[in-house]
Amino acid sequence: MNLNDLSIMSLYSAMAVYALAFIAFAIDLAKRSAAVDAAAVQTADTHGQGAASVAASASSSAGGSGASTLTMNRLSARINNDATTPYSHSASLRVGMSLTVLAWALHLFATVTRGIVADRVPWANMYEFAMTGTLLIVAVYLVVLIRVDLRFLGTFVTGLVLVLLGVAAVSFYVEVAPLPPALQSAWLVIHVFVASLGTGFFALGFALSFVQLLQFRRESLLADTRPVRLRFLATLPSAATLENLAYRVNIIGFILWTFTLMAGSVWAEQAWGRYWGWDTKEVWTFIIWVIYAGYIHARATRGWRGSRSAWLSLIGFAAVLFNFGIVNVFFKGLHAYSGL
Amino acid sequence: MQPKLGVVGWLRFLWRQLTSMRTALFLLLLLAIAAVPGSLVPQRSSDPNGVTQYFADNPDLAPVLDNIQAFDVYSSAWFSAIYLLLFVSLIGCVIPRTKHHFIALRATPPATPARLARLAGFTTRTAPAGTDAGAAIASARTLLKSSGYRVALYDKAGSVSVSAERGYLRETGNLVFHFALVGILVVVGFGGGYGFAGQRVLVEGQTFVNTLLAYDSFNPGRFFDDSTLDPYTLTLDDFAVQYEAENLNAIGQPVDFTAGVTVTPRGEDPEPGEVKVNGPLRTGGTDIFLLGNGYAPSITVTSPDGSDVFSDSVPFLPQDANLTSLGVVKVPDGLAEQVGMIGFFYPTQETATSGAFFSSYPDLIYPMLTLNVYTGDLGLDEGVPTSVYSLNIDDMTQLTGGKTGVETIELRPGQTLDLPNDLGTVTFNNADPTAAADDLSNSVPRFASFDIHHDPTQLWVLSFAVLILAGLLTGLFVPRRRVWVKAVPQSDGTLSLEYAGLARGEDPALEAAVAAVADRHLASLPSTPLPKSGAAAAGADAVKPAVPAVSTPEQT
Ligand code: HEM
Repeated sequence: MNLNDLSIMSLYSAMAVYALAFIAFAIDLAKRSAAVDAAAVQTADTHGQGAASVAASASSSAGGSGASTLTMNRLSARINNDATTPYSHSASLRVGMSLTVLAWALHLFATVTRGIVADRVPWANMYEFAMTGTLLIVAVYLVVLIRVDLRFLGTFVTGLVLVLLGVAAVSFYVEVAPLPPALQSAWLVIHVFVASLGTGFFALGFALSFVQLLQFRRESLLADTRPVRLRFLATLPSAATLENLAYRVNIIGFILWTFTLMAGSVWAEQAWGRYWGWDTKEVWTFIIWVIYAGYIHARATRGWRGSRSAWLSLIGFAAVLFNFGIVNVFFKGLHAYSGL
Repeated sequence: MQPKLGVVGWLRFLWRQLTSMRTALFLLLLLAIAAVPGSLVPQRSSDPNGVTQYFADNPDLAPVLDNIQAFDVYSSAWFSAIYLLLFVSLIGCVIPRTKHHFIALRATPPATPARLARLAGFTTRTAPAGTDAGAAIASARTLLKSSGYRVALYDKAGSVSVSAERGYLRETGNLVFHFALVGILVVVGFGGGYGFAGQRVLVEGQTFVNTLLAYDSFNPGRFFDDSTLDPYTLTLDDFAVQYEAENLNAIGQPVDFTAGVTVTPRGEDPEPGEVKVNGPLRTGGTDIFLLGNGYAPSITVTSPDGSDVFSDSVPFLPQDANLTSLGVVKVPDGLAEQVGMIGFFYPTQETATSGAFFSSYPDLIYPMLTLNVYTGDLGLDEGVPTSVYSLNIDDMTQLTGGKTGVETIELRPGQTLDLPNDLGTVTFNNADPTAAADDLSNSVPRFASFDIHHDPTQLWVLSFAVLILAGLLTGLFVPRRRVWVKAVPQSDGTLSLEYAGLARGEDPALEAAVAAVADRHLASLPSTPLPKSGAAAAGADAVKPAVPAVSTPEQT
């Protein structure tokens, strides 16, 4: 078996392990729901009015979302413990995390060996972008985990990476080929890497905003003492906390994206003689940048904080995926480097 | 008077609406949406051929789209309106904020709130026995000041306190960011007018003089003065290509293009140089970029009486990755009729099962030139500029190929064949006749197409871009916060020290910062009490305005 086969094999192994991790995380979510039910029954036994007391505590934390900066910051400080139902982590969560780390190691090996075979950085065509990009999504997730407990996003992260890697392996695979002259530049290393890293943060921001929207809905339903379906949400941070987390992750992504835009312009000047020419790929990079600038503004605009700004975060990441998956492959432009 | 006031009031209302955060957000989102169509429809600025093609493919839709400037989205009235409004809003928003910021930079931190317990990170410590309240606050003041806080002492309702604020750099960064955006817009909008962009195709051996007439196409900025062109000369000595020959998955893929050139600045000695795809040559105030390349078969047409009526290397435009290339030869004079020829060039010719020719490799292994001959009116006499790359056959008669029943002319390097109707002969010259018979690797000259640019604003744009990034980093990551330390004597004779903070903007580390201040402060308090005079001295300079925190190093 040569090194190239080894790279492909370890990528497929990584996908298999990500799939197992995904299952473990999904089981954990189910267990969370069960834990929430058990807690509700317990409160009902002791107080005889379970639903109402859960609702009351939920609405008290939901009240923070619209309140002053002061409340916001007190909420943000309690990042990991403002869930309405305490939840001690299950074995499946630990299994899921271990599998994710293992899968990431295999993924890293696959990516590095691809780079060695190609004798250059492993991000010069669609297959390689997907491989490195997803590697960075998981890397960002694992690094952020050191500081904030985001293990509840495991299903999302492993699921997203699995889908993207699946598409890459099936539809984008190309054999190693030399770099075309247009890509022979130090800016390939910097510009594309930073863009992928930014994508990692945007992905996490997307996940947090998504859960934030679910959580907000749950909090509103509870405030009206209406029934809630996704019960595991009770073990997750409040919508306000999730919003703060999403914001922090997204602004890091935004700064990396700003840099990507600028580095891309410098490269475009070197390669094509103009730093900006409204090429399709440039247009979409710009659109994404503007959407996230809008997101940052929305957070400072009355009436837009909370759910509305969260939607912008979702739209922003959708544009990132569109830029990668659709613009690269189907749109005409100077950035013809998909390798397909 | 009344209606006039009404107008002013109305304008003021409009202005306030325009500069509101909500409008800014709306315009930003609108800008994102407005940018989308330009990626769906080809743009004249970046893809003029695509636009022509679009008109050909959608003859009904294209004029409608053209009416709404869909092929010039980024210079269209509606796109410009959005971003200009956005920038007016931006300026209207940022100027008052700058004013406020200047005032804030000089103001003393506000009075300590009566009840710190309600604020973020509230924590209390008990001072070492015998600590004087004034001395404790004075040491807190020193501590905070050395950490980059602006400080003020307050003495209210029997408890002394220090009020401190830091992170003014956050707002400074934000303002710098927004101003730099305006800077980019201004520089790009006006400065772009002072530059130019021109294109020139050079066949190996040809020389170009940097003057207006020598360009194949030239797009000057609005304010460009062509007398500022520096007439250096540029010669394309050779064009080296390298194609992948070993990796079976990538045979024929280009690995390297290098244009070997000689630049001669006016009145100076020639200097050798190199232009590569990612490596422009910067000379004479211009940047020279290598944009494309291909083959320029050398073709000679001779009249029946033996005189050469046409002899030139004709750039053929590549049509695919293996450089099947398409070109046109026009012979207006010297033959019985005007003659036009449409040719295909195959660097490594092969024949498909259908009988059609194609090129299987981009380098010169088995080159062939095919020509279809037309006679009639070349359309050169009307004074309308025509492209050298296309032939209008509307007023011409086809003599070879297609439905004529006459075979297309097929030539290998060095071969000569008769033109139909005894018009004369055509020769496909071998550019390297002395090479071995089976070595055709230099038999056809290559051309390179260069873009030559002059843009005096680039450095400005780059500087503003750096400011944007720096402004973003400080505007988003420097925490702006207030911290209070209050000494509250207790009824049992001990001294309780209260600490609390207030975030102004996103500040996830606030609580940790307050706790750190408390710990460091407690550690700085001597376990034996300070003499009373120390406290009095500290109190005396409290009224002096403190040094702005902006100039002090940041602490996180
Ligand atoms: C071209 C248009 C604009 C862009 C691309 C833009 C972009 C941004 C970005 C990236 C930030 C966060 C960076 C930082 O805080 O340093 C920001 C913040 C801000 N912008 Fe803008 N902006 C634009 C126009 C405006 C306008 C018109 C206004 C006023 C109406 C405005 C008001 C603000 C304010 C108040 C903040 C601070 C938000 C906060 O503290 O979270 N911006 N803007």
